[in-house]
Amino acid sequence: MSDLLPSALDLARFQFAFTVVWHFLFPAFTIGLASYLAVLEGLWLWTDRGAYLDTYRYWLKIFAVAFAMGVVSGIVMSYQFGTNWSVFADKTSPVLGPLLGYEVLTAFFLEAGFLGVMLFGLGRVGPRLHFVATCFVAGGTLLSAFWILAANSWMQTPTGHATGADGQFIPESWLAIIFNPSFPYRFAHTVTAAYLTTAMIVGAVGAWHLLRDRMNERARIMFSMAMWMAAIVAPMQLLIGDLHGVNSYHHQPTKVAAMEGHFETERRAPSILFGMPDADAGVTRGQIAIPGFASLYLTHSLDGEVKGLKAFPKDTWPTNIPLVFWAFRIMVGLGMLMIALGVASLILRWRDNLYDSPWLHRFAVAMGPSGLVAVTAGWTVTEAGRQPFTVYGLLRTADSVAPIAAPAVAASLAAFVVVYFVVFGAGIAYLFHLFRQAPEAGEHGPPQGQPVRTAGITPAPGLVNRETHGAEPRQAGIRP
Amino acid sequence: MSIDLTLIWALLIATAVLLYVVMDGFDLGVGILFPAEAARAERDVMVNSVAPVWDGNETWLVLGGGGLFAVFPLAYATIFPALYMPLILMLLALVFRGVAFEMRFRARTSAGETWWDRAFSWGSFAAAFLQGVCLGAIVQGIRVEGRAYAGGWWDWLTPFSVLTGVALVVGYGLLGACWLIWKTDGALQARCRNYARVLGFATLGFIAVISLMMVIQSAAFRERWLTLPNMLYAAPVPVLLALLAWRFHRALAKGEDGMPFLCALGFFLLSYAGLGISMWPMIVPPSVTIWQAATHPSSQLFLLVGAAVLVPVILVYTGYVYWIFRGKVRHGEGYH
Repeated sequence: MSDLLPSALDLARFQFAFTVVWHFLFPAFTIGLASYLAVLEGLWLWTDRGAYLDTYRYWLKIFAVAFAMGVVSGIVMSYQFGTNWSVFADKTSPVLGPLLGYEVLTAFFLEAGFLGVMLFGLGRVGPRLHFVATCFVAGGTLLSAFWILAANSWMQTPTGHATGADGQFIPESWLAIIFNPSFPYRFAHTVTAAYLTTAMIVGAVGAWHLLRDRMNERARIMFSMAMWMAAIVAPMQLLIGDLHGVNSYHHQPTKVAAMEGHFETERRAPSILFGMPDADAGVTRGQIAIPGFASLYLTHSLDGEVKGLKAFPKDTWPTNIPLVFWAFRIMVGLGMLMIALGVASLILRWRDNLYDSPWLHRFAVAMGPSGLVAVTAGWTVTEAGRQPFTVYGLLRTADSVAPIAAPAVAASLAAFVVVYFVVFGAGIAYLFHLFRQAPEAGEHGPPQGQPVRTAGITPAPGLVNRETHGAEPRQAGIRP
Repeated sequence: MSIDLTLIWALLIATAVLLYVVMDGFDLGVGILFPAEAARAERDVMVNSVAPVWDGNETWLVLGGGGLFAVFPLAYATIFPALYMPLILMLLALVFRGVAFEMRFRARTSAGETWWDRAFSWGSFAAAFLQGVCLGAIVQGIRVEGRAYAGGWWDWLTPFSVLTGVALVVGYGLLGACWLIWKTDGALQARCRNYARVLGFATLGFIAVISLMMVIQSAAFRERWLTLPNMLYAAPVPVLLALLAWRFHRALAKGEDGMPFLCALGFFLLSYAGLGISMWPMIVPPSVTIWQAATHPSSQLFLLVGAAVLVPVILVYTGYVYWIFRGKVRHGEGYH
């Protein structure tokens, strides 16, 4: 009977997975959105076209909500290492601690400090300084990604350290630790994924409103910019992902074998499109495969030898191979659809039909959540594929967990599940409410008569004047 | 003479924690005063007064936790499991409260408004109380064997830690009231003066009771505070506190705007210094010192180089942001 009850380790793993997946949904969206806001505000300053400011304000309200949820769920993460993974924390702290410390010092303070200016300061500091604040927030999100990915990549491909007393990792070369072998690929892959995630959401919202009013200028701006992003960056992502895969093959061969569903080592290794890996039997059943293709993209030779899982001790195999296998297919499949969307938009743009093709707009709406799903699937591949280690090849997950009792973890897990679904559920429902509102000329937020506050809702007097002399003077009258 | 990196780090992290306590303290305090101010318009002014800065305030909490992980891993890996439940509940309270900041202004139904207001207020109460509980539990001591926590799951819950929890709610309420005296005017400000008077004397009462309990309960604390010559070094703390209490009383009586807040900050600073005197050089009382808990010197040095440059920069731009949002917050005005 006791075998049926999950252990403290299982519960701690599940709790980490649950909280980190929820958490990452928000930064995956806000990293891209912060840059998008900076571009919109820059375009507004450069062209003086009011529609850019409207679009900026529209997305700023959404950014404020998503960012708040990212911050509070992130604080939970920074404490969870200590509560649930204290042995891991103790052993890896000399290496990971300073990386996370730098994240706080360079990124979090920058984002949090200037977010206030971004949301409330437009009338207090003037448009140019406000633009600087937006850029600081956007830069902060990228710096944050830099450090957290350096830390994660080191856990995947650890270098630059020695092993000290008590099994601690002692830093030897900080350059080697930060710029570890998988870092450049992982950083590029993740930031690009975040940009695509934002592009899919912005594109879907733009398309949704174009389906209702294809003349809406703000919706056109959103849709057009998002489609440029899909057309240019989605194919780039395929290339980056391929390079990342080759890198993983060299440094984490068991992960790649699980992704590919390869148990046997072979030349002319097939690329298995679909199938069902069976770890106990050591075969992938029901394969639909392209012969030789895996050898081609992993070794860049049709004839190259690709190692299968059986080349490695079974106690180093990822613990959930079907999960890794299928999550990888979901990520790649969605990536292909994003490329298709981008290509379709290019063709229609060339034919001057970008804003008049309802089927494309419906496709874009359907693709709205694809970035978030793909990012979650991608992280599942990378994290589940790293098992059974927290520091690949060096520190086992089972040896990382805190000396905690299963009931304590179970109780806190239940609390997290309830609170996250209630709070973030309400937050996300509210985001959908915002998405459904058409981006208006003179965009300034909630209906009038509500208490004045937040997120660029109240236009600054200076801005009303500026726009009166701008390209679209008719908007000025709408403002209070 | 070599530089004691660990000592520098202990001071830096202590500073980060203090900055967190006073900065998030006043914005948690605003939530704690919510039940006293039922009117929607007053509540909006109160939240508007902290809306642009709360996020930055909370970042000091991340630096405190992150700094402990980076520099004193043994403290991080033993204190956090020991305080498992209060810490997780505190984080969940902060989740409610942080999201409520954005949501309470956007609720579309009056039930929604009420519930987001409650999320904000109850979240503030719970976070403040649980931080106080954690503080009390640390002061009481945490059992460490080897490099791991060796106590039970309910060790943190004692009459003393509940008392420190209540004390911190009152103290944060005081900071919130004084902040609002500074940032508002009119009837709200006048009522906040009354809150501050009550909460101020309650805070001083709690400081006295907790200090007394500490010296009664612990021989180590008695030795610090009640034997010569230590007593002479420690004496300025209670003396300054008494002077400050008098100044605080005068500031409220004279209707000064900024001074009550400064005095309340002083109460926290002196209490914190008192704690430091009691605990030094333990980081996990009663057995682990800052040097035993410290990480590898190379890690300390690597992060210190950055902190030496970045912390002053952060302080400058944080100050700049506060300056941008200077002045009184008024009804229906918000920030624009």
